[in-house]
Amino acid sequence: MDYSQLIVSGLANGCVYGLIALGFVLVYKATEAVNFAQGDFMMLGACIVIWLTNGDSLGISFWLAVPLTIVIMAVLGYFLDLLVVRRLFGQPQIAVVILTIAIGFILRFGVGAIWGHEPRLLETPFVGKNLQFGSVVLGFEEGAVIIVTLALALALYVFFKHSKLGKAMQAASQNQLAAYYVGIPVKNIQSLVWALAGVVAAVSGILFASKGAIDPSTGLLGIKAFAAAVIGGFGSLPGAIIGGLIIGLVEPFAAYALPAGYSQLAPYAIMLLVLIFRPAGLFAQMQKKKV
Amino acid sequence: MSLLTLENVTLTFGGVVAVDNVSFHVGEGEVFALVGPNGAGKSTIFNLISRFYNPVKGDIRFESNSILKRRADQIPTLGIARTFQNIELFEQSTVLQNLLVGRQIHARNGLFSQMIFSPSVRDEERRHRAVVEEVIDFLELQPYRDKYIAGLPYGVRKIVELGRALATEPKMLLLDEPASGLSVEETQDMIFWIEDIKKQMGITVLMVEHDMNLVSSVSDRVLALADGKELAIGTPKEVQSHPEVIAAYLGTSIAEEQ
Repeated sequence: MDYSQLIVSGLANGCVYGLIALGFVLVYKATEAVNFAQGDFMMLGACIVIWLTNGDSLGISFWLAVPLTIVIMAVLGYFLDLLVVRRLFGQPQIAVVILTIAIGFILRFGVGAIWGHEPRLLETPFVGKNLQFGSVVLGFEEGAVIIVTLALALALYVFFKHSKLGKAMQAASQNQLAAYYVGIPVKNIQSLVWALAGVVAAVSGILFASKGAIDPSTGLLGIKAFAAAVIGGFGSLPGAIIGGLIIGLVEPFAAYALPAGYSQLAPYAIMLLVLIFRPAGLFAQMQKKKV
Repeated sequence: MSLLTLENVTLTFGGVVAVDNVSFHVGEGEVFALVGPNGAGKSTIFNLISRFYNPVKGDIRFESNSILKRRADQIPTLGIARTFQNIELFEQSTVLQNLLVGRQIHARNGLFSQMIFSPSVRDEERRHRAVVEEVIDFLELQPYRDKYIAGLPYGVRKIVELGRALATEPKMLLLDEPASGLSVEETQDMIFWIEDIKKQMGITVLMVEHDMNLVSSVSDRVLALADGKELAIGTPKEVQSHPEVIAAYLGTSIAEEQ
C-alpha cells in the first residue's frame, strides 16, 4: 500500500475542515459566540457556486462565479449579523448557539427546497486533470485545495498582523469597551467579522464542491470541523488549520486500518484525548506568539 | 477659551435622575476635577461625554461643536482620550501593542497597502512607534514594554491605560479615578505625571477622583456633585470648605433637618 496517496487526499480534506474551523474561530474570537451554522454556510457557498456555474443552471464562467460567490457570501454574513445576530447583543451565549443552530436548519432545508436534495458536483475547468509527482497521482482539485488553503491562511495572517481592520477585529475581540475608546466601531467590526466568516465559508465550499458531491446535509461535516477547532484550541487561527489537517489525515488512515464503524469515531476520539491532556487545545490562546 | 462645555445636561434612568441639569465648562489647558460621593453622577458624566449614554436634555460641545451627533468610536478621533475606573486594556496583548492600538486612529494607508506592508505603511509604523516610545519613556514603562497585560500588577496597568490614552495624542484627557487602587508612592507619581501632562504636553484634563490630596495638588478648578446636582464650583480650597459639600459627604444636612 502506498501511503502517500492517503496522505494527499487526507491533507486536501483536512484543508476544508481547517477552513470551516477557521470560520468557527473567527466568529468566536470576535463575538464570543459559536456559529454552529458555519458548516451550513460552507454548504450554501458550494450550492451558490454550483448554481452560478453549472451547465444545467446559469452557466456563468467558473472564474466569474468564484468571486461572485465569495461576494454573495460576504454580504450574506454581514447582513445576517446586522439584522439577526446583533439583536442578541448582551444575551447569554446559549441564545446565540440556539440561534445559529436554527439558522443551520433553515439553510439546510431552504437549500433543499430551492435546489433539491440530490448530490451535485461542481463543474470546474480542471475536472479530470491529474498532476503526477513520481508515483503519487494528485488530482488537480486536491492540489488546488491545498494551495488555495495555504494562500488564504497566509492572506489572513498578513491581514491580522498588518492591517488596521485586522487589528481592530482583534482589539474588539479582547475588550469591547477599550476598543470603543481607541476609536473602533465595535458593532460594525463584528458584522465585518461575520462577512469574513462568509468569505471563508465560500472558499471552503467552492473547494469542497470541486472535489466531491454536495447535498444540503453536507454542512453537517461542520461537526468534524468543530472538533478540529477544539483540537487546535478554540481561538487560534493557525490552530484551526492544523486541527483540520490532523482530522483530515486521521480519517483515511483510520478507515484503512480500522473496521468500518470504528473509523468514523477517530476524529472525536482525538478531540477527547486533546481535551483530557491539553484542555486548552494544541495552540492555546495564551501563547507568546499569536495571530 | 472653553474646550468642553456641558449645558443643562440631564440624564434619567427610568425614574432616577442620574444627572440633573448640570452645566460646566473646561477651559483649554485646565485641570478640572469632578468630586462627590458615590452615585453623584461623576462617572455618568464621563459616559455621557464618551457617548455611551444619550442625555435626555441639554448639549455637550467640544471645541464649540456639539458631539451628540457622534458615535462612541468617533470620540477619540476628535481628540478626547479616556481611562476607566476599572481599567479596560487588551489583556492578551503586550504593553507595546496596547499603546500602538491607540495610534490606529492616525493610520492613513489603505487596506491593500497595509497588507503588503508598503514603504509608506512602514514609514507610518515607524512614526507611530516613535510616539509610543516617547510615551513609554515619559511614564517609565520600559521594563514592561513586551510584557502581557494579564501578568502585570494593578498599578502598572493603570499607568499603561494612561499611556494608551496619551498615545492617541489627545487634546483632552478624561481620567476616571486615576489614583484608585494606587499606593501612596504611585499616587505621588500620578500627581507629577498629571502636572507634566498639563504643563509639558498642554493637554486639558478632566478627572473624577476621590483622593482629595491628588485633587487639591493638581486641579485648577473643582466641581462638586451630589445626587446628580451641582453643589459647588471653584478652586479646590473653596469647594472643600463649602458647607453644602461638607454636608453631602458627612450627611449633616439630614441631622440638621431632624
